[in-house]
Amino acid sequence: MTPTEWAIVALAALGAFFGGVAAIGIVRLPDVYTRAHAASKSDTLGAVLALAAVALAIQTNLSTVKAVFLLLFMFLTNPTAAHAIARAAADQGIQPWTVEDGEGDR
Amino acid sequence: MVEFETALLVIAGAFVVFAIVSLYRVFAGPTPFDRIIAVNVVGTNTVIAISLVAGAFDQSVFLDVALVYALLNFLLSIAFSKFTVERGGVL
Repeated sequence: MTPTEWAIVALAALGAFFGGVAAIGIVRLPDVYTRAHAASKSDTLGAVLALAAVALAIQTNLSTVKAVFLLLFMFLTNPTAAHAIARAAADQGIQPWTVEDGEGDR
Repeated sequence: MVEFETALLVIAGAFVVFAIVSLYRVFAGPTPFDRIIAVNVVGTNTVIAISLVAGAFDQSVFLDVALVYALLNFLLSIAFSKFTVERGGVL
């Protein structure tokens, strides 16, 4: 493989790592707010890295522009959606998880 | 060249596996907000998998599909969070 292809595979693998971190956080964290934290931060970083890999891998010019637009769109909308959902949960009166709620409260 | 495409396809499969893992929270989430956050993560992983398949096969048509899918995913979350509060005040 050429060095460009190594860079593409490395970026995509790093994105897959952060996607795995987001999946583990979604399943294991105890609260809706902590789950929103995992979903917004880790999954956004994984998406941006993987889409940067795609933007490097695509050959033609217009498709690279499309991949960069998709990257910017993900980078803007994913934390916005998580913020809106967390704010709706706070408006519905869901209390944040604290240590007093117990260790095994999942 | 074949190894490169295989690596991208394997990483796309990893993202599909992560989407299936976070589908657990859709079924088991205590509140509806847990479910909608997990659905958002599943949609994001789907967009990444479609884009990685587009990069592996050099099919730029799939990127349009991924863009529309990302837009619908964002619209779902915003519509849900707007219609669950009583007087529509989020964002």
